[in-house]
Amino acid sequence: MAADALSRRGSNQDMTMHKPGSDQAADNPHAAMTNAAAEPVDHRADFAPAQLNALVSDVIEQAMQLGASAVEAGVSGHRGLSATVRMGQVETVEHHRDRSLSISVYKGQRKGSASCGDLRPQSIRDTVQRALDIATFTEPDACAGLVDAAMLATEFPDLDLWHPRELSAAQLIERAMEMEQAGRDVDARIHNSEGASAGFDQSVSAYGNSHGFCAAQSGTSFFESLALVAAEPASPHSMQRDYDWDNRRRFEDLLDARELGRNAAHRTLRRLGARSARTTRAPVLFTPDVARSLLGHLVAACSGGALYRQASFLLDQVGQQLFPEFVNIEERPQLPGAPGSASYDHDGVATGRHNALVSTGKLQRYVLGGYAARRLGLETTGNAGGVRNLLIHPGQDSQQSLLQQMGTGLVVNELMGQGVNTVTGDYSRGASGFWIENGEIAYPVQELTIAGNLRDMFANLLALGNDVDLRGNVQTPSWLIREMTIAGDAG
Amino acid sequence: MMQANSLELAQQSILTPAGVELRQLEQALDTLMLPSIDAGELYFQRLSRESWSLEDGIVRGGNFHTEQGVGIRANSGEKTGFAYADEVQLPALLEAAKAARGIAASGGEGRIQAWRGQSQPALYADTDPIAAVSAADKVALLRAADAYARSLDARVQQVNVSLVANHESVLVAASDGTLAGDVRPLVRFNVHVIAVAGERREQGMAGGGGRFALERVMSTEFWQHEVREAVRQALVNLEAEDAPAGSMPVVLGPGWPGVLLHEAIGHGLEGDFNRKGTSAFAGRMGERVASELCTVVDDGTLAERRGSLSMDDEGTPTACTTLIENGRLVGYMQDKLNARLSGNRPTGNGRRESFAHLPMPRMTNTYMLAGPHDPAEIIASVENGLYAVGFAGGQVDITSGKFVFSASEAYLIKNGRIAQPVRGATLIGNGPDVLTRVSMVGNDLKLDNGIGVCGKEGQSVPVGVGQPTLKIDTLTVGGTRSD
Repeated sequence: MAADALSRRGSNQDMTMHKPGSDQAADNPHAAMTNAAAEPVDHRADFAPAQLNALVSDVIEQAMQLGASAVEAGVSGHRGLSATVRMGQVETVEHHRDRSLSISVYKGQRKGSASCGDLRPQSIRDTVQRALDIATFTEPDACAGLVDAAMLATEFPDLDLWHPRELSAAQLIERAMEMEQAGRDVDARIHNSEGASAGFDQSVSAYGNSHGFCAAQSGTSFFESLALVAAEPASPHSMQRDYDWDNRRRFEDLLDARELGRNAAHRTLRRLGARSARTTRAPVLFTPDVARSLLGHLVAACSGGALYRQASFLLDQVGQQLFPEFVNIEERPQLPGAPGSASYDHDGVATGRHNALVSTGKLQRYVLGGYAARRLGLETTGNAGGVRNLLIHPGQDSQQSLLQQMGTGLVVNELMGQGVNTVTGDYSRGASGFWIENGEIAYPVQELTIAGNLRDMFANLLALGNDVDLRGNVQTPSWLIREMTIAGDAG
Repeated sequence: MMQANSLELAQQSILTPAGVELRQLEQALDTLMLPSIDAGELYFQRLSRESWSLEDGIVRGGNFHTEQGVGIRANSGEKTGFAYADEVQLPALLEAAKAARGIAASGGEGRIQAWRGQSQPALYADTDPIAAVSAADKVALLRAADAYARSLDARVQQVNVSLVANHESVLVAASDGTLAGDVRPLVRFNVHVIAVAGERREQGMAGGGGRFALERVMSTEFWQHEVREAVRQALVNLEAEDAPAGSMPVVLGPGWPGVLLHEAIGHGLEGDFNRKGTSAFAGRMGERVASELCTVVDDGTLAERRGSLSMDDEGTPTACTTLIENGRLVGYMQDKLNARLSGNRPTGNGRRESFAHLPMPRMTNTYMLAGPHDPAEIIASVENGLYAVGFAGGQVDITSGKFVFSASEAYLIKNGRIAQPVRGATLIGNGPDVLTRVSMVGNDLKLDNGIGVCGKEGQSVPVGVGQPTLKIDTLTVGGTRSD
């Protein structure tokens, strides 16, 4: 799923187990964090966009000289610092610095790819040669090749994504300490912490191809998160945890550390006393932070790779009414300062030509990069690398008002597990949240499953809230769904 | 295959090409070890990965990836300073060492112990699995797998096949006297098929692998088995009806369904969460957390298994650690840091995704030992319930203990017999009590086929799971049919 490459969730507990190779939905799993950097910026020398551009041009030239008929290459670099504190003590200080090169070469309709995790001249030469070697063994694919030159971006507006600020380890530690302390101070039942983190990341990436395209984008990101643990003194083994996080382009835009700390505390406390529920069918409200995953499933099923592999429940659905008429979903790939903004995609194609994804409930297009588009006989939608700033237009209602409409049902604010089948749309996931009676929270619930089919869930969307979560590449308010099957062990 | 040899090989693979000698590692450790640093470590890694993939009958993709670098860690009390570099020459080592030691405060000894050459048996061959088989043969294998899948049933409409081989060398030099190396092969073969009948469209997935040469994957028997399995699953799912919702007896098949153990108890018994008191299992050592039928181990010492390691990523030899013995909690999994801080011994579970990540306690191969029951007897004991044999994966919240695992192949049990297949459904339970509800354990222990990936705090590592057939008296099944 291409959503949310920018969001660093505060959870230290994203422990999952899966089989690799299943459901590779998007053409490329990495959403962009980008900026058309026409301006010189204060990178360290080896992260300067101009230098990366030069490197990309050189790699392309090397490959062409060695016999490639077409080439595309990308170079990227990240650097940053993060600190974690736990229970008032420093736990880790981590310095990050990564550079990598990836290249795809074409020999006619044969393609070979290679990548390496450093930029030494010898590594680069070896990587180019490896890609060429691979291309002698892969098989001709009529759809292989660069995108048409006419599709490439020619304008590179400043998208306001580069706001560097060198924070010291001491500053990050102080911020994390403040955050954790504010959370722990909220209530004595917050008796433990999984830690508070603060950090920043600067990234730059350059992409070029043998059509002569070459551009670099850079961006900054500042993040903070806290996960707390609470228990009632009477039942110390019934612990609950929850977290809050933020991630912004500008340091100044980050949520105040103390406020984030208090949010994490309140989120954790309200879970205390959670119980299971009875197996039933009832309306379900997804809060904005988890509703994001529903848009992710929509994008996965609309992505080129899933479609040409016939591994989607949305085959041949463009123009069909997937949602009620009040639903409008669009991308804003060039929104200044936004998490996913970029002026060109991973193929070099200009973004922003096809923004509407769902209008008045009807699917307007798929989410395609150059290769998938050719496979499907369609035109690229500038989505190589995924969607960029995907937004569902909010409704008028507050979450409270949606609960009134719901009457009795389930609010889900956490989801667990992989039980989503993009091929069939079958949906069954672990959930926790609140049981609602007469439009009010009755008690917290956990150890439930919610199940249905995504197609039905989309069609049975009753209302959208006005409470948009602005923190990620995919932004949505609450979703109220007419009915799902809820399973629990409370009889 | 002795570890001393692995150390030399790792040295030749990582240090020699960069012109770095062991005494320069000492120099870097000296730089790292300020007086207040308790432990310092250099972790060198060099990795090559080759992958090939087939879709729509064409081997259209191939990729070759290399990376190498060094991660440098300094521990002072509970504090860890960490920096890494994608170069292993001395100047880069010194720069990273200076960044990592910035954590130093007061206390500690800052002493470096003389290196002890370790030697323990290697659990896998040190040959490069990538180079051992020609590219042409790999491409031919994928084509053959595609043709075979399509030949099995006309309803098979899409086939994706992939083959991945890793060749990795690691070298650990640490202030506690550790100087050790490991050369690690890892291969994996995956098949994904889509079968179509009328309006129904369903998928099946299978795969296998481990720390062995690609030749084994290339044997007809090996890959045909996985292809048949993927096709069989897809065809079963074409017949699947809506799954039930609610609490009921659940029988889990042998092998990969051991993902139950990985989620329900495995993560909760990792040393970091227990030292911090954030696990639902914290402070429960010696307590009954499972029925007497349950004995669960984490075993990194099985030859050639995907989750196995001759030594962990801190240079500690791996072990078979008993976690639950006849229902009682008896052991946690530890890395060096958490062992030291909690007064325990490292168990060989310190693992990391790469040189650019910090190690932490992780599982290797986690499985339940065989019990007394005939699997047929277990099924026959259930009047109405679910029999689940295939899973997509799982997830756990270790603090509340709630875990899920998502079935991709399951059947109803009616009157003691396996009945119709049902659609995928998530099962949810509570780690500290789910194993107390295990009332029958089969005599058919099986390990998975070697394709599991475990994610924790953003780091992925290969792992294995296993179990015999077992019966859980009640578990919540997340189907859609609530009648």
